[in-house]
Amino acid sequence: MYNQTEILKDTSELGADGELVINMGPQHPATHGVLHLVVTLNGETIKKIEPHLGYIHRSIEKMCESLTYRQFIYVTSRMDYLSSHINNLGCALLVEKGMAIEVPDRAKYIRVILSELTRIASHELWLGAMAMDLGAFTPFFYAFREREMITDIMEDTCGARLTMNYIVPGGLMYDIHPDFQKKVKAFITQFKSKVTEYEDLVTNNVIFQSRTKGVGILSAEDAISYGCTGPVARASGVSCDIRKLYPYEVYDKVEFDEVLETAGDSFARYIVRVKEMNQSIRIIEQLIDNIPEGDFVGKTKNVLKLPKGEFYTRVETARGEFGVYVVSEGGTTPHRIKFRSPGFSNLSALNHIAAGSKIGDLMASMGTLDLVIPDIDR
Amino acid sequence: MTNEEIKEYISSLAPAATFDETGEWLNILVEPTALKPLMADLRTGKMQMNYLFCLTCVDFKTHLTMVYHLSATTHRQSIVIKANLNRDTPVIETVCDIWRTAEFLEREVFEMFGVNFTNHPDLRKLILEEENPKGFDEKKGYWPLRKDFEDPINMIKL
Amino acid sequence: MFSLEGITTSVQDWLFMKFNPTMALAMECVIVILLAISLFAILGLVLVLMERKVAAHIQIRLGPNRVGPGGMFQTVADTLKLIMKEGLVPDMADKFLFNLAPFVVMMVGMLLLAPIAFAKNFQIWDINIGVLYISSVSSLSVIGILMAGWASNNKYSLLGAMRSGAQIVSYELSAGFAVLTIVVLTGSLQISEIVKAQENGWWIFKGHIPAIIAFVLYIIAVTAETNRAPFDLAEAESELTAGFHTEYSGMRFALFFLAEYINIFIVCAIGATLFFGGWMPLHIGNWAAFNHIMDYIPSSVWFMGKTFFLIFLIMWFRWTFPRLRVDQLLNLEWKYLLPISLFNLLLVAIIAILGWHF
Repeated sequence: MYNQTEILKDTSELGADGELVINMGPQHPATHGVLHLVVTLNGETIKKIEPHLGYIHRSIEKMCESLTYRQFIYVTSRMDYLSSHINNLGCALLVEKGMAIEVPDRAKYIRVILSELTRIASHELWLGAMAMDLGAFTPFFYAFREREMITDIMEDTCGARLTMNYIVPGGLMYDIHPDFQKKVKAFITQFKSKVTEYEDLVTNNVIFQSRTKGVGILSAEDAISYGCTGPVARASGVSCDIRKLYPYEVYDKVEFDEVLETAGDSFARYIVRVKEMNQSIRIIEQLIDNIPEGDFVGKTKNVLKLPKGEFYTRVETARGEFGVYVVSEGGTTPHRIKFRSPGFSNLSALNHIAAGSKIGDLMASMGTLDLVIPDIDR
Repeated sequence: MTNEEIKEYISSLAPAATFDETGEWLNILVEPTALKPLMADLRTGKMQMNYLFCLTCVDFKTHLTMVYHLSATTHRQSIVIKANLNRDTPVIETVCDIWRTAEFLEREVFEMFGVNFTNHPDLRKLILEEENPKGFDEKKGYWPLRKDFEDPINMIKL
Repeated sequence: MFSLEGITTSVQDWLFMKFNPTMALAMECVIVILLAISLFAILGLVLVLMERKVAAHIQIRLGPNRVGPGGMFQTVADTLKLIMKEGLVPDMADKFLFNLAPFVVMMVGMLLLAPIAFAKNFQIWDINIGVLYISSVSSLSVIGILMAGWASNNKYSLLGAMRSGAQIVSYELSAGFAVLTIVVLTGSLQISEIVKAQENGWWIFKGHIPAIIAFVLYIIAVTAETNRAPFDLAEAESELTAGFHTEYSGMRFALFFLAEYINIFIVCAIGATLFFGGWMPLHIGNWAAFNHIMDYIPSSVWFMGKTFFLIFLIMWFRWTFPRLRVDQLLNLEWKYLLPISLFNLLLVAIIAILGWHF
């Protein structure tokens, strides 16, 4: 946190050329989470954006150096809380890779179904929040109607609605709830019937399109250079879906498309996410009826110790590539953990795409970058 | 490209590099001074490694090690570049001008480990507060992720 | 048949019987003032609750349903809360203008109440330039908004007020042209003449194409004039601040809030008068029995029904569309709506001369 008086001093004086420096956040209806942006304006045009981070820094990487390999998985639920299963999955995959633990098929199928449900829930929340930023208040409630069905399923099976600690190295913590398949199928039916509603209300709306088309353009080279991954990069034409390039779990056995757009503007990022939701539904449909019987967790020792060396695993969260890099000295706790968070790199591109546009465009660009600040600050 | 070819190519650029193939990817250890030219060539030369996906630092008690994970969008092969730095005066050249993502990542390494990146456009704290909390030895420095970092208020020794 | 004009004539006769003419006139004035103020109060209550309920049902939730049966007394509770809040005046603000601004905006609303015909023979002042009076007085509200923005001594309020002022002044043109269309068809500016001309059918049916175009333009223009979504950039700025009424709290804010809903009511009332026949019931050609049944419904119910239908339409817009950016807003007016309204005026003039309307 910066010195309060200095910030106030900045904002009450005009800089050179009549520039105005204003603060957006950390408490602000439009920045999702505690993000402090110092915006330098010239009239209505933005000259420079500087993010000030750290409002929710919890020193997770240092903390994990004293947590065992069974414990450190669940702090990642608190990082990107909207993709908690996927983050947990990344950590579990790393431990399994390092210790060569066998994961039964049943656990793999269920993990993938849960990941895809989490992805849909995250995109639904993004859809509602972004429409609300632009002034359309109604899609928020429609999106939460679907998200509520998913959190109900999670609550039955995993016990929690947001930070679901359910995935362990080797498989799952408990078996799924008996109603799991029935509820997921009911959700799929409901979702498919509502897709046209979203299209009519938001996608085909002329006002929405004119506010997002041509706004916040990110070219493909810039996306790669800034390290952007996930829907942000795929909207610029960069093929980077980890589920396709480096498949893990059962992603090589299911059929789905990687959604690519070439325009690179906010509307393209919007379309990529909406189509990704449809692809996730496709994956779930292929898997939900075919969950094999068997164990839900493989055999592991009680105390997990990774052998000496370095390990890196990557998974595709709703926001992009989430990487876990562990340096192990052979003990029960990691020597160094680094979480490569997708939001961190996506945020670094914000100055590039928003400089030179108007404040109204900043809302559209930032909404489509889909930032979750605890993911960035760790 | 196979590991052998990469090893030959890198040795031609940085003769003093050592290789380690025990992990998942090829690890290359270079001198800090030889890092920048090697990185520049990896980006623009034959290998076209345009995707830096992880930049971090590890504190082994005797030295610091900078770790760069590189990949390419064309051939999807990953390599890991490492450089050992002196613990007392860790200095290395920035790679911001090669990959823009390094701007934020290097700022984070700077504030957590105290590594000085020369020629970085804007090297200051990113996540932590601008002023160190009181009671810290300014000479020793406030670098939280180092192994010898002690914070009597917030850290509990297990 | 219940009729408001019966009440007015009987009250007037009784007053003139009891007192001398000047005294009776003065008492009539007082009665009218009291009725106008109470109409505002009741309308404010009803419209705020209607907005919340309409919003809730569009958003698949229930809305206020605890305070009173069906949430009827929610606005009363809100008003009590606003009265009891501390009304802060910023330090360096221009105190006189700061306090005057909400009243200017309210006064405009009250002045506009005069020529509106609520029921048959139930009009406060049937001035012969009724429509012109309405257009000119509604322009005065810009002064109140600019006063509020300037007197707040706040950069962002001033920015919001300037944007709002520009928006209102631009959209008045389109609204004016839409209104002119009906004036051309009627041939008179007087409100009672316009309503009487719709005896055999409402202008929106009789004046087919130009009247429908004019109606669409009118609805868009008045949504922008009253600062409602999708044109509410100046007030619902989740981007910068709350616009020109940022620094207002307590009762002064309540007045701005109330004035916004009263404005909506007034522009919808004018729209209902011009396009939908005011207090005229729906008559279809020669269906005598149908017309007779329609005549049974009191004219005040007709008028209020039409007005509330238009209010519902404007509320519906708010919860459906996202917001326009400020340059897109002004673009829409000057590049699209204004040329269309000029063309429409020409069209209606040709149709009126050639007699091609019903």
